[in-house]
Amino acid sequence: MKRTPKDNIESARIVGRRALVVGGVQLGIIGALGLRLRAMQVEQADEFRLLAEENRINIRLLPPARGMIFDRNGIPIADNEQNYRVVMVREDAGDIGEVLAKLTELVDIDPDNLTRAMEEMQRRSPFVPVTIADRLSWEDVARINLNTPTLPGISAEVGLSRVYPWGADLAHVVGYVGPVSDYDLSRIDDDDPLLQIPKFQIGKTGSENKLEHALRGSAGTRRIEVNAAGRIMRELDRKEGEPGKDVQLTLDSRLQSYVQARLDGESAGAVVIDLENGDLRAIASAPAFDPNLFVRGISNTDWKALNADKYRPLAAKAVQGTYPPGSTFKMVTAMAAMEAGVVAADETVYCPGYTDVFNIRFHCWKRGGHGNINLHESLKQSCDCYYYEIAQRVGIDKMAEMARKLGLGIKHDLPLSAVARGLAPDKAWKREVRDEDWRIGDTVNASIGQGYVLASPLQLAVMSARIATGREVTPRLVRLIDGVEQPSGLGESLGINENTLRRIRASMNDVSNHRRGTAYGSRITADEYKMAGKTGTSQVRRITPEERAAGVTKNEDLPWERRDHALFVSFAPYDKPRYALSVVVEHGGGGSRAAAPIARDIMLQALYGGPPPLEAYPSGVRDKIAEQQRRIEARIPPGSKGLGRA
Amino acid sequence: MSYLEYNTKFVPTGLRKLWYLNWPIIMLLIAVSGFGFLMLYSVAGGSPTPWMEPQMKRFGMGLVLMIFVAMVPIWFWRNMAFVAFGGSILLLLAVQFFGEVNMGAQRWINLGFMRLQPSELTKVTLVLFLAAYYDWLPNKKVSHPFWVTLPILFILAPVAMVLNQPDLGTALLLLMGGATVMFLAGVHWAYFATVIGGGVAAIAAVFQSRGTPWQLLKDYQYRRIDTFLDPSNDPLGAGYHITQAKIALGSGGWTGRGFMQGTQSRLNFLPEKHTDFIFTTLAEEFGFVGAFTLLVLYLLIVAFCVVTALTNRDRFASLLTLGIAMTFFLFFAVNMAMVTGLAPVVGVPLPLVSYGGSAMLVLLVAFGLVQSAHVHKPR
Repeated sequence: MKRTPKDNIESARIVGRRALVVGGVQLGIIGALGLRLRAMQVEQADEFRLLAEENRINIRLLPPARGMIFDRNGIPIADNEQNYRVVMVREDAGDIGEVLAKLTELVDIDPDNLTRAMEEMQRRSPFVPVTIADRLSWEDVARINLNTPTLPGISAEVGLSRVYPWGADLAHVVGYVGPVSDYDLSRIDDDDPLLQIPKFQIGKTGSENKLEHALRGSAGTRRIEVNAAGRIMRELDRKEGEPGKDVQLTLDSRLQSYVQARLDGESAGAVVIDLENGDLRAIASAPAFDPNLFVRGISNTDWKALNADKYRPLAAKAVQGTYPPGSTFKMVTAMAAMEAGVVAADETVYCPGYTDVFNIRFHCWKRGGHGNINLHESLKQSCDCYYYEIAQRVGIDKMAEMARKLGLGIKHDLPLSAVARGLAPDKAWKREVRDEDWRIGDTVNASIGQGYVLASPLQLAVMSARIATGREVTPRLVRLIDGVEQPSGLGESLGINENTLRRIRASMNDVSNHRRGTAYGSRITADEYKMAGKTGTSQVRRITPEERAAGVTKNEDLPWERRDHALFVSFAPYDKPRYALSVVVEHGGGGSRAAAPIARDIMLQALYGGPPPLEAYPSGVRDKIAEQQRRIEARIPPGSKGLGRA
Repeated sequence: MSYLEYNTKFVPTGLRKLWYLNWPIIMLLIAVSGFGFLMLYSVAGGSPTPWMEPQMKRFGMGLVLMIFVAMVPIWFWRNMAFVAFGGSILLLLAVQFFGEVNMGAQRWINLGFMRLQPSELTKVTLVLFLAAYYDWLPNKKVSHPFWVTLPILFILAPVAMVLNQPDLGTALLLLMGGATVMFLAGVHWAYFATVIGGGVAAIAAVFQSRGTPWQLLKDYQYRRIDTFLDPSNDPLGAGYHITQAKIALGSGGWTGRGFMQGTQSRLNFLPEKHTDFIFTTLAEEFGFVGAFTLLVLYLLIVAFCVVTALTNRDRFASLLTLGIAMTFFLFFAVNMAMVTGLAPVVGVPLPLVSYGGSAMLVLLVAFGLVQSAHVHKPR
């Protein structure tokens, strides 16, 4: 088609006009793009920069070393041990199967762990190290390191793990650590980021749990740069955390170990208190368990066995178990009555073997009765009728008040799991809790530590410590935290008449040192270390009138769980008290037979700071004791011998 | 119309043509490509391989090709327009049947010595053909319904085939490029008003069709639209790309984080950082200053094209130049709008900067045509 010049001019005009429109639109769009860039890169730059930093920087926590726990002599009882583990990086390994086959030739690896590790490796990114085996010996690690060239992707790492060198001996006191669980997180109000670390070890029971705050320390941080796949590119910086604080307990691990050994075979609890400062020298509960099992992750079989045992190894009986204190409560009744002035020291009460209180007959343990008996003799021979009488005179409220004054029925603040409060019953308590009126029979029962009265071995030891010193001795378990001395437990005077205390102590002295005392067989013969004490035998079953008529069944003829509890409280030396202790043997039978000998052995061990000379024992039992000492010494872990000193 | 009708008093011949090339445009193209080389070097972690070196070779080749195209008289290219367009339509058809499938799209055809993307080629040949068409068509008939319908069909034919590949980005570019040439040629306003109205209706239809048996777009395209509309509702899934791109861009600040210091690209948070999203790396490492400089360079290329087009009395030459300038503009504008979050992610590379052979060669050939028009303009 021909085009005229006029056409050409016309079309050029149109194109020019339209081109300006298009150009205008283009300029507008470019302007919009420029503004958008400005908005993002200039106005919102900081915001986006922050997002970019969040993208690339990961903060990893560095778990601090957990504080150690020492006994009073600086012997570690909760230690951190180097723990070697072997890890594998999938992408460096090449043929995983081949490398693992070689590895299993070198070290023993549980096939279950191996399959678990294989699964984890498949699940995770190829550059994430996966633990193949844990808790390797140094020899294993050396073998692996020697063979590194043939084991691509395999390396040995070292970490810290908790170890309890004393094993079961301190299990109930120290407790154990374990990986933090969802349950833990839901229960504790703690925003420490460390708890978010998978498998971070926290104290689960005992002091490990109660002193967690001091022991844990604070997290360090490591800022690392990661790429989009999460691979670590480099470390940007590192801030070390604060290691956990070391804690020193008042316990004497050597004595503790002895007590555990001495209680072996029984279901029992025993507590030893230092009267100078309230320091708990030993808190033993038998049987015990090995806390190391829990740190490694207890097997199902072990766990079931621990729970099925009727002696309840997991229970910290010394502080958690409560028992009717039986005759060991008689000091409370006597002191309440004397302080109230309702009975004179030389006043006698007639004991025909029973007391009738409003048609109910309460029996004395001695069938024929004690005849006319005064305070001193009643405590020494543990006559029940005497206490039935004076309890009615003084009343339950004054008795309960005295019990609390002596440390019963109140909760002692110790960093241990489940410290029991026990029970010193009074009228208000029964009204509030049982919605019943207090009956005189309740008072009579309580007078000899039966009925509603409940006390833990710890409380009984505190009671005997307070009687021995006349002061408000408070048990102390922690001596130093991070080198700082904790307040002493030697309290103020209890405000009890010195005369009363002297008479009670003298009676307790005769319990074990007078021919007719109930614990005469378990006396200490070393002159400077005479022991004062009180036996207790508390019933856990009801004796029917028919049974009583036919003669009370002997403990040996009863099934274990229906036998009486055997108790003993004591302090020594009598004239200058140094230690107070309590022993409770669950269903052990009579206190004088089952508990007093144990108490005597423990006391001597504490007083001599190690195995006592046989001369401290009555001549008749020395052969037996020598044999027993040999047996126990063989059981106590070596390395600690001679370190525990009084 | 032969060259005799050009009424040219003077046409440079032989090597003298080099003197008459539009050198500012060539300089600007080199500058923009230089930015590209720098970024490809950076995203490879400071290495000329695997991207910068091949890209430079192709740019060298393309530059030679451009000058070769520029040497050939513009009337020859006009006469070739129909052949070129027909050829690219045939190639597009061939892709439908023999093309290589890559990442869910059938876009490439293997010619043995190179893998060609006919849809790229079509961007230029469509403009070339439409320019020739309006050169041939008398002014009076430009707005006649029949003569309007014809070029619409010429445009829709390749658009439909490209959509079918599927390649939404290229289809949009073809559509808008072709429409721009029609608009420049003087087609009546009313047609455009109608089409824009229809377009709005079509968009509504696209959204309405979702989930029905006659769904118009692929699921992934719908997802891209969703993601564009609200990237935050799926930050780790489909929205990840957009979110990360915006973070990279924004974190550049005024002057950027420094060459090869961009954490987003270096640590692989950025998707397709050497192709469609290369602008974000540039913006991250050189900041607003760098990104804006590139924008200005692009603007200058377009501006120089517009100037030479408007000073060219030949209708074919000016329509062709303006059409190519528009295609080029659409390229970078859509890409930038996409990575700055102003438009959905449709898969349009940043011209001359993104890594990629076909696009770069085709663009340089197109600028060869612009140069040819410039060299052989009636004087």
